Amino acid sequence: MITVQNLTKRYGSTTVVDDVSMHIERNSITVIVGTSGSGKSTLLRMMNRLVEPSSGRVLIDGRDTESEPAHLLRRRIGYAIQSHGLFPHRTVAENIATVPRLLGWDGARIRARVEELLGIFQLEPAAFAGKFPHQLSGGQQQRVGVARALAAEPAVLLMDEPFGALDPIIRTKAQDDLLDIQRRFGTTVVLVTHDIDEAFRLGDRVAVMSQGRVLQYDRPAALLTHPADALVTRMTGSADRAMKLLSLTTAGEVAQPGVSEGSPVPASASLRDVLSELVWRGETSVTVVGEDGKPRGCLTVAAILAHGRPV
Amino acid sequence: MGALLAVVGAAALAFLPFVLYKSNRIVPGEPRGLLEVLPLWQALACHATLLLAAAVALTVSNARIRLAAALAGLVAVALAAAAAGDALTPLGNKVIRISPGGAFWVLLLALGLMATDAITRLRPGPALRVLLLGLFLAAALAVLAHGTFDNLSVMREYAVNAGRFARETRQHILLALGSLGAAVLVALPLGILCHRVRRVRAGILAALNLIQTIPSIALFGILMAPLGALAAAVPLAGELGIRGIGTAPAAVALFLYSLLPIVANTVAGLTRVSPGAVEAARGMGMTHWQVLTGVELALALPVILTGIRIVLVQNIGLVAVAALIGGGGLGTFIFQGIGQTAIDLVLLGAIPTVALAFSAAVLLDALVEVMDRVRQ
Repeated sequence: MITVQNLTKRYGSTTVVDDVSMHIERNSITVIVGTSGSGKSTLLRMMNRLVEPSSGRVLIDGRDTESEPAHLLRRRIGYAIQSHGLFPHRTVAENIATVPRLLGWDGARIRARVEELLGIFQLEPAAFAGKFPHQLSGGQQQRVGVARALAAEPAVLLMDEPFGALDPIIRTKAQDDLLDIQRRFGTTVVLVTHDIDEAFRLGDRVAVMSQGRVLQYDRPAALLTHPADALVTRMTGSADRAMKLLSLTTAGEVAQPGVSEGSPVPASASLRDVLSELVWRGETSVTVVGEDGKPRGCLTVAAILAHGRPV
Repeated sequence: MGALLAVVGAAALAFLPFVLYKSNRIVPGEPRGLLEVLPLWQALACHATLLLAAAVALTVSNARIRLAAALAGLVAVALAAAAAGDALTPLGNKVIRISPGGAFWVLLLALGLMATDAITRLRPGPALRVLLLGLFLAAALAVLAHGTFDNLSVMREYAVNAGRFARETRQHILLALGSLGAAVLVALPLGILCHRVRRVRAGILAALNLIQTIPSIALFGILMAPLGALAAAVPLAGELGIRGIGTAPAAVALFLYSLLPIVANTVAGLTRVSPGAVEAARGMGMTHWQVLTGVELALALPVILTGIRIVLVQNIGLVAVAALIGGGGLGTFIFQGIGQTAIDLVLLGAIPTVALAFSAAVLLDALVEVMDRVRQ
């Protein structure tokens, strides 16, 4: 979907992004994680040419992003940022309609799309369409920001620390919403964050950046089990890496045949949560049930622990 | 506040003349009190209304009642002055002048303050304020057209100068608005440049600040020499009306004075635009022009309009001074009146100037408030 080839950005003598190459799969969430100053935002902003590369290129569906004017390229790519960047002088509906209007959609189509998006983001259209951004809560503003980025049904959505300004509870909800929406529309999402937990939670693939270079670009589990170097180990946090690894697998994926005593756990729960539950209950095994409530097998503490160390 | 206004009004009524009687337009006036000139019942009615207004000012705190009392007092004072003019003027006599005296002006000021204080406390919305202004102007024009005040000295001067008054009023408004328009065309791009290019900001603002510190008379004088030289050197310039004196230096000076408030407010307005909104606008594919007009200037508009309001009110006042160098406008009457020691002629220029500035301030304040309410 997106191919980054030898991308470099220099400001004077400082190299902010240093010869980065990566391939981003269609229909996936890729998270770029790094400390501030690691060049992660600059790398993201070169994908929609908010920053022009010093050298290297970005291909989207095999087509060089330099082959069309930057503003036309950006209208095909969703863009959401931390401070949500809503236009304070425009209503929620007008904000969401920004890109469709730039693309010249007709009024009826824009209205229908705005209503659809408000519904998807649990914002009652009748109540919210006419409101101004300052009348919304932080979480609502953030949802409108993402809805606006998705308005023109872009195949690619770029997000720069989109949940950075939210408090922890609302942030978890926003992350769940993003996973739902990504599945629903099949959007290719590239997300930048400094929060390694967020990266593990959302990313199908995670790129760890430091000083302008991508240290490792891999599945989250591989970052823990096969870190490329000591810096990656330090950034992913070695103290609780077993728990992090457990959190990447769901109970349904590894349930073994059989049933057990006690109340069951859902198949969608992570092994970390199931283990915590078992420790709490003082039990050694539990039944796993699917969304339909039917047993899918069972899990023992020993089986769970086996998944918490490198194979 | 109420007590002060009541005492000042009462003292003025007791010790200052209500009208001045002059046998012609330039001799000093002889003082006349209300009781001397008006039929007893009219004088008593006026005094009673003023007493009521004073009582309300002293004892009532309800803003609506205070406004009503102040307006009633203003009407009483105005009608008493008109009646005094009628009573003292023999039929058909065009030489005698009846001028409002000290007591009239002090009462007008005191009651006007009471009324504006009441209106301020009522906090009318922008639409209501404009409506009130419109009603007040319509009432004033209707009374003037009806001839109620025709025997007062200012209206005598108007009757003599009616044709010129219309011309100079038009010239006054054209000069104020024209220099404002030209300044907006230059100052907006200049403000945007100052915002974008930090290096030039300090220099441009310092230069405009320097212009602002030159007194208006001095600036008019400074402009005479180069514009006069230009007219002499380039015949076409002279034919276009550019001369050392007249409209050209007045317009140029007003234009220069207008630049700083608009440039400074454009910079301030653009600076307060949230960087996130601009970043998002670019990221979603707006062109530079769309970001500038649709987001940056749209969000800065209330602050820019505040600058334009400052300039318009300032210009309406400065145009009066421009009459000194032949720029025309209502100032012509003021300086002519000073030259002839004819105070009534001064008022004929001064009162409409104040009314214009006041109306412009009310209109633009209302506009800024409407804009700001939506764009916070």
